[in-house]
Amino acid sequence: MPLLEIKNLTVSFDTAAGPFMAVQGIDLSIEPREVLAIVGESGSGKSVAMLAVMGLLPNTATVKADRMAFDGIDLLELSPSERRKIVGKDISMIFQEPIASLNPCFTAGFQIEEVLRFHMGMDRAQRRARAIELMKLVGIADPEERLNSFPHQMSGGQCQRVMIAIAIACNPKLLIADEPTTALDVTIQKQILDLLVGLQAKYGMGLIMITHNMGVVAETADRVIVQYKGRKMEEADVLSLFEQPKSNYTRALLSALPENAVGDRLPTISDMLFEPAPSAAGTGSATGAAS
Amino acid sequence: MSVTVLEGKNIVRDYHVGGGLFRPSRTVHAVKGVSFSVDKGKTLAIVGESGCGKSTLARIITLIDPATSGELFIDGNKVDIAKDGLTKEMRRKVQIVFQNPYGSLNPRQKIGDVLGEPLLINTDKPADERRDLAMKMLKKVGLGPEHYNRYPHMFSGGQRQRIAIARALMLNPSLLVLDEPVSALDLSVQAQVLNLLADLQDEFELTYVFISHDLSVVRYIADDVMVMYYGEAVEYGSRDEVFADPKHNYTKTLFAATPRADVASIKARLAKKKAA
Repeated sequence: MPLLEIKNLTVSFDTAAGPFMAVQGIDLSIEPREVLAIVGESGSGKSVAMLAVMGLLPNTATVKADRMAFDGIDLLELSPSERRKIVGKDISMIFQEPIASLNPCFTAGFQIEEVLRFHMGMDRAQRRARAIELMKLVGIADPEERLNSFPHQMSGGQCQRVMIAIAIACNPKLLIADEPTTALDVTIQKQILDLLVGLQAKYGMGLIMITHNMGVVAETADRVIVQYKGRKMEEADVLSLFEQPKSNYTRALLSALPENAVGDRLPTISDMLFEPAPSAAGTGSATGAAS
Repeated sequence: MSVTVLEGKNIVRDYHVGGGLFRPSRTVHAVKGVSFSVDKGKTLAIVGESGCGKSTLARIITLIDPATSGELFIDGNKVDIAKDGLTKEMRRKVQIVFQNPYGSLNPRQKIGDVLGEPLLINTDKPADERRDLAMKMLKKVGLGPEHYNRYPHMFSGGQRQRIAIARALMLNPSLLVLDEPVSALDLSVQAQVLNLLADLQDEFELTYVFISHDLSVVRYIADDVMVMYYGEAVEYGSRDEVFADPKHNYTKTLFAATPRADVASIKARLAKKKAA
């Protein structure tokens, strides 16, 4: 049974100019112990789809789906309070801006213990012990000291580690990482990615990695979904995606990587989308979506 | 013969952090004696992690901050803004493009005014001439005359970065400092902006100092590479030298940390995962 199963997910936002379709009919499923990467540019709806799963979208959003089930539980049927028992415990999420997503008014320790209190009902001493254990797990030096630090007293990498500690505090079955390393340096990025993949393997979590960085995909994913303007362009396992990309858009993304540059110019997405596909296997929708 | 546009000798920059009642003041050595030189039409890339002093160095080269000690030559002339101040001529020669295109444009200023302002301040060109030059520059960076009267919020990140580049080029500088110009942009937009920079370099014979922490971008755009670590230049050489044979440990760490997106390394990773 898939851990998370989504069929025909559509998210639209009410705007002054009428409804705006951010996600248009996405199908997605992830097995336990699998690393799935969702790749796309900003505005491709990759974060919005996951926020819809978490139920974190604002009231202006309309979420429709034929099926949205986590671990056999239908998320569409749940009441908000029932859903809150799952979100943050069995499904948890890490956001892009580590410093902005922690509350500046509370210490790191408080914010880790908050989850444990809410979802696990631990007493003070248990929470403290577990928080120290988590801090050690995500590789923060002097955890006892750091529990009392405020977010502004820590670096971006350390804040992201605290975010990860909060996310894995209740041993989630599914961890969603929304561009976890975009705001970080390459050396720190490497450490965070290794940490995430290490934790995923150790605890057998499902991991959904949302990113626009093809390097991150290549380093972490088992399976990849490529998204463009709210539609799914391609789904493949990581090796075949890099070896034989099927859709034009994926090919364009791969060739826009600076390390793949041939000659003096980098091919850009718009150069590629108007070219006919060299094989008939390419999905035709990529050309249609260009504007 | 190649002309050296920018040369720095032993540049040092210290910041004094004032102490409090119970805390002694201390000195932060942000840049510790860095030397470099860039020829006309070439690109020097400065690589390093946050806090290594690369942006401080950019501010010194752009003549925003003076160096604590060391000598800076631009077009062969020694520049010391701490002693001699800055002339309009010097301001014209060096321009900078900042990292965050959302923060570096005034939200209440129309694009036309953004582009005209350098001319208004530094030259005595009349208004219609300024307007013409701004229009021309808009076309150069791939925007249109219809964008002249728009405000920054009406543009995407990539377009804003084009505007920032256009603003920097309004005074025909000989040296352009690019402080992480593409790190806030998506992959495809990043490719467009890098192409634009390469085109402009050919057209105007611009010299670039390109600051980045993304090695794949550096490899694409740079002629020379300097790797900085804790305020020191730990590695400095031509791009091929540095990439083929990194000498310093930090450079090696940096290369190892850069994600690789080729099929061979994915295969290696998957094989390792299977074995584990």
